[in-house]
Amino acid sequence: MTTATRDIQLQVIWSRLIAAVEEQARSLIRAGFSTSTREAGDVSAGVFNVRGEMLAQAVTGTPGHINSMARSVRHFLTEYPIETMAEGDVFITNDPWKATGHLSDLSVVTPIYRAGKPVALFACTTHVVDIGGNGPSPESRDVYGEGLFIPIMKIAERGEMNEHLLKIVRANVKEPVQVEGDIFALVSCNEIGGRRLQKIMDEYGLEDLEETGKAILTRSHKAMMDAIAKLPRGTWRNHMRIDGYEAPIDLHAAVTVDEIGVHIDLDGTSPASRFGINCPMCYTEAYAAFGVKCLVAPSLPNNAATLGCITVTAPEDCIANASFPRPVVARSTIGMFLPDLVFGCFEQALDDFVPAESTGTLWNVRLGAAAHGQQRGFMVTTFHSGGAGARPRIDGLSATPFPSGIRNVPVEVTEAITSLVIWKKELRQDSGGAGRQRGGLGQTMVIGNRAEAPLTLYARYERVENPAKGRKGGLPGGLGRLTLGSGAKVKAKGIQIIPEHDRLVIDMPGGGGYGRAEERDPASVVEDVRLGYVTADNALNLYKVVVDGSGALDGEATALLRATG
Amino acid sequence: MNKGNARLAVDIGGTFTDIVLDTGTGTFVSGKYLTTHAAPEKAVLAGIGDLIGKSGVKPEDIRLVVHGTTLATNALIERKGAKVALITTEGFRDSLEIAYEHRFEVSDLHMVRPAPLVPRNLRLEVKERLAADGSVLIALDEQSVRDLVPLLVAEEIEAVAVCFLHSYANGDHERRAGEILREALPDMRITLSHDICPEIREFERGSTACANAYVQPIMESYLQRLAQGVAAIGIPGHVMLMMSSGGLTSLEVACRQPIKLVESGPAGGAVLAAHIATTLGIDDAIAFDMGGTTAKLVLIDHGMPHHSRHLEVARAYRFLKGSGMPLRVPVIDLVEIGAGGGSLGHVDALGRVAVGPESAGSEPGPASYGRGGTKPAVTDADLILGRIDTASFAGGSIRLDMPAAEKALLDGVGSATGMDVRTSAIAIAEVVDENMANAARVHATDNGAELEGRTMIAFGGAAPMHAARIAQKLGIDKVIIPKGAGVGSAHGFLLAPVAYEAVRTRLVPLAGLDAITAGSILAEMRTEAENFVRLGAGKDAPLRQDVSVYMRYRGQGHEVAVSLPEGLLETEGQSGIRRLFEAEYHRHFGRIIPRMEIECLTWTLTVSAVAEIPVIAESTNAVAQPASPSGTQTMVDLAAMKDFEGAIFQRSGLSTGATLAGPAVIAEAETNTAVPLGFSATVDRWGNIVMQNQRDGQ
Repeated sequence: MTTATRDIQLQVIWSRLIAAVEEQARSLIRAGFSTSTREAGDVSAGVFNVRGEMLAQAVTGTPGHINSMARSVRHFLTEYPIETMAEGDVFITNDPWKATGHLSDLSVVTPIYRAGKPVALFACTTHVVDIGGNGPSPESRDVYGEGLFIPIMKIAERGEMNEHLLKIVRANVKEPVQVEGDIFALVSCNEIGGRRLQKIMDEYGLEDLEETGKAILTRSHKAMMDAIAKLPRGTWRNHMRIDGYEAPIDLHAAVTVDEIGVHIDLDGTSPASRFGINCPMCYTEAYAAFGVKCLVAPSLPNNAATLGCITVTAPEDCIANASFPRPVVARSTIGMFLPDLVFGCFEQALDDFVPAESTGTLWNVRLGAAAHGQQRGFMVTTFHSGGAGARPRIDGLSATPFPSGIRNVPVEVTEAITSLVIWKKELRQDSGGAGRQRGGLGQTMVIGNRAEAPLTLYARYERVENPAKGRKGGLPGGLGRLTLGSGAKVKAKGIQIIPEHDRLVIDMPGGGGYGRAEERDPASVVEDVRLGYVTADNALNLYKVVVDGSGALDGEATALLRATG
Repeated sequence: MNKGNARLAVDIGGTFTDIVLDTGTGTFVSGKYLTTHAAPEKAVLAGIGDLIGKSGVKPEDIRLVVHGTTLATNALIERKGAKVALITTEGFRDSLEIAYEHRFEVSDLHMVRPAPLVPRNLRLEVKERLAADGSVLIALDEQSVRDLVPLLVAEEIEAVAVCFLHSYANGDHERRAGEILREALPDMRITLSHDICPEIREFERGSTACANAYVQPIMESYLQRLAQGVAAIGIPGHVMLMMSSGGLTSLEVACRQPIKLVESGPAGGAVLAAHIATTLGIDDAIAFDMGGTTAKLVLIDHGMPHHSRHLEVARAYRFLKGSGMPLRVPVIDLVEIGAGGGSLGHVDALGRVAVGPESAGSEPGPASYGRGGTKPAVTDADLILGRIDTASFAGGSIRLDMPAAEKALLDGVGSATGMDVRTSAIAIAEVVDENMANAARVHATDNGAELEGRTMIAFGGAAPMHAARIAQKLGIDKVIIPKGAGVGSAHGFLLAPVAYEAVRTRLVPLAGLDAITAGSILAEMRTEAENFVRLGAGKDAPLRQDVSVYMRYRGQGHEVAVSLPEGLLETEGQSGIRRLFEAEYHRHFGRIIPRMEIECLTWTLTVSAVAEIPVIAESTNAVAQPASPSGTQTMVDLAAMKDFEGAIFQRSGLSTGATLAGPAVIAEAETNTAVPLGFSATVDRWGNIVMQNQRDGQ
């Protein structure tokens, strides 16, 4: 075979590996039980060589799993070296430090054999409905209170499911049948990936993945380093303050670009919190690396080589590198700000390239109610978001998350499975940061209970005191706010009661603007006013655009106003 | 002999309008005419006149005109529909714009979502509210509906969509709002969301209702002009429309629910493939259609194409899933991939050869067309690989420019990878074939289906060149290229039944399901479906009924469709349904979940009139005989990665029973069939080319 034809074959095998992990992920989403899995696509799936290096990963809605799941396989191999594994064995864990950052994510790893020899491992992760403990509330003082902790162990041995472990799981979670269903879905999606791999290896007569894997990683490494080589060399620093739980949190980053890659150091970042908003290193690495990758090389696949060009360090037991046994259930509170933190460093290096800050953490609605009369009790998480930051040439996306990419849960679905009534869900006027490019708008949701019973809110919202900042003169996005329909204030964090007959009003924050507002095209401002994204007052005061009584642009008055400031 | 028994099929595509005339005596006359975009009925009527002249069939003997068109799809893609207002429940006018709140391309910082069909200032709210069970939380404030009328008039609104929360569970508020608007504005076109899509999920239902309203005025006026034109020619038969579900509907229903006509062309192709599968006794088939810019795949089991209730049209951002408009209407379940003869090859950041989704389209077309294209298209690669008989290409009307193709391949792929022309062509062909094979695999996984052992039925201009290679990749041994593959969709229209699918969302736990509950849900659906079908099929036509229940384990978000045989609930009760669900679930996911509660969510009931199958001339003197080639040329076999001197055959010169062996090319005006090394090809009694992989002594 000539080099050229071998090269074409490699490409074909590579694209088929990517299709195999895509199939693996899709089957997991379809068989999964938790809303985050099925509605939002909060899963990950990948294939690894026998040394635990990730060769391909499915593209899903959650950057948080990208690097963390990639690394988890090495922990499995440390605990159970490949030669101790056997055909038909399947391994599981939810160790926050060795997998994806909190107990609610279950990760499963399955070795694949050919002629009695291990050739690859398939891994997958999903977010289960419940893992016991305090549920989604970050009120535990340590990880022990956050639910059942499953160390790396066998969930199946030589094809037999581990009934003992399943019994323990069932006894510890509120929705035993669903969680068990998710475990089965994880095991079976790895089998699907494995079957596909066997067919690829049959067709191309491969005995192992050594040569293919090496070629994939070599090429990926070169492409990633080529992309990094286009960046200026140097070190840039950024600081971001976020609301925090008991006190504001300072996130610090120094990004260094040199000949070996991109390095992010979080020195100076606040110490760990007493509450479960701490972030284990694996999850910090995932989001920090995602921030670099979507700026520098968005189209390159995620694998051990592309991710290996980005390294992250953080002080021991800071909030972005929390040690065992810190509580970590809400680790996304920190993780989801890291891309914007990294962007702030790159902004100094790259001209007109980096988006303004976004809402960051999702504004998920977590509400529960006890059983009442005919109505069964419930505990529900629905996914929603404030606005994203403006881009250098495009307005920010309204009611859209960044860095997460996950989908919302339809209002009709939420109401069909609970007694909640969502009275309003609409874009929030004037919440997008003003700028030459406007930040994305947040949204307002008003929620009550049909049943004659109070609701319990599990709040962990950010951007209530510290807004998403603009860039290049763009203004910050609107702050988030929580109130009762009757007017009283609701705290952004902690468990609170929404009294019977009252309603919860959630105003979600907006994204930051890009460029100076006075430079925005007046026609765009007039259109924003016409559509109700921006009030005429803000058009006048922030954008310096005069809209006349009929809603049309007063060109002369605008020119005069902009000229005189 | 054909007295009163002739039929016409018309398929309007982006470039060509295909017309097939079934004379009613076992022969077909067909023609391709340039689509007249400004007034599409012009090409149709001129083409019909042309075929009537050529065939000698009298207009008065044509009793039916079956029509499919991409006009509705094009109006959505090009945003050339009506000015629409959307009326929603108070607090929810932004649902259409907020959409899924997601970023469909997670790593892309520049991603944009398509603008909603109805801008925010025309999304209006009224006071009313239903709960999820359909009960009334706030009664419809009728005055708040009336108050909107002056605005609708002032804004010169052409069509209104009404989408209230939970209207799938109770349509009363939407119906009443529609009546109030109708009283004030008797000529207004009104789409009620629960009419067009009685399913849970407010964004998708609203999107479907708005899309219907958006295309309604143009579709209605076009269809009426067409019907008048057909009548003016002297054709007494009525016009029926092909729907995306593969069924036919009346002109009246089509004018009310035009959104159900999107993707009717590909549906026609699937119906044709299903018919061939039935005729040849093939249980498990896959239809493969590849044109200039996209390829489509449909799974066909026991002569029935897979169905779905969801599709996405007008993908506006790099053809990405999630960048278009979701529609929830009954459709043939097809995967569409941005891969066609015009798809362009390039080299990505990893130094890999990639193909599509950018396409050379019909202008300038592939480099070898010599119309100014400079980038390498799949067709250019096919030319260099010897898959095209240059002498007979497009009936001799286009002279292919080999040097231009070579230059495009070198510039676009060779220079960045160090590959020569031949290797660059191999890379493009292998990558595009692999893309399609991967899409087929993922689609099969989504449906719990196997591809190995299926028979591929391939049609469309580019499919016969790629079909056998993709079949090799998928473990498929048999490939059929139907006769008349170039106008396959129009042929399919003539085979489609008059049909209507009624849909309801009714969440019922299996434990609470009995014959009475199911009967009450289905009775109403039967009436709705039958009424629609009778509009097209006549009072006494025999009808067939198919019921599917979309079921899941409680807590899951995705359902599997379980086909419910008539009488099962009465005879076997819940345990019978449980058995069917578990079998289906096991087929999809390899295991079932013991102890888990099962629930039924969505119910579909399809009523169809039995399709009239035209008599097709069948050759009786089938004698296996070696075919004689018209020439030879160098062909690259992609599985072997070697050059061969292969034979060229003219399809018109192959009689029934003719056999040949690959590597070879079978040429005809609209396409070329590539027969790889190791495959045999024969012409069967119906004129189809049947390719068989001869591996392992088969």
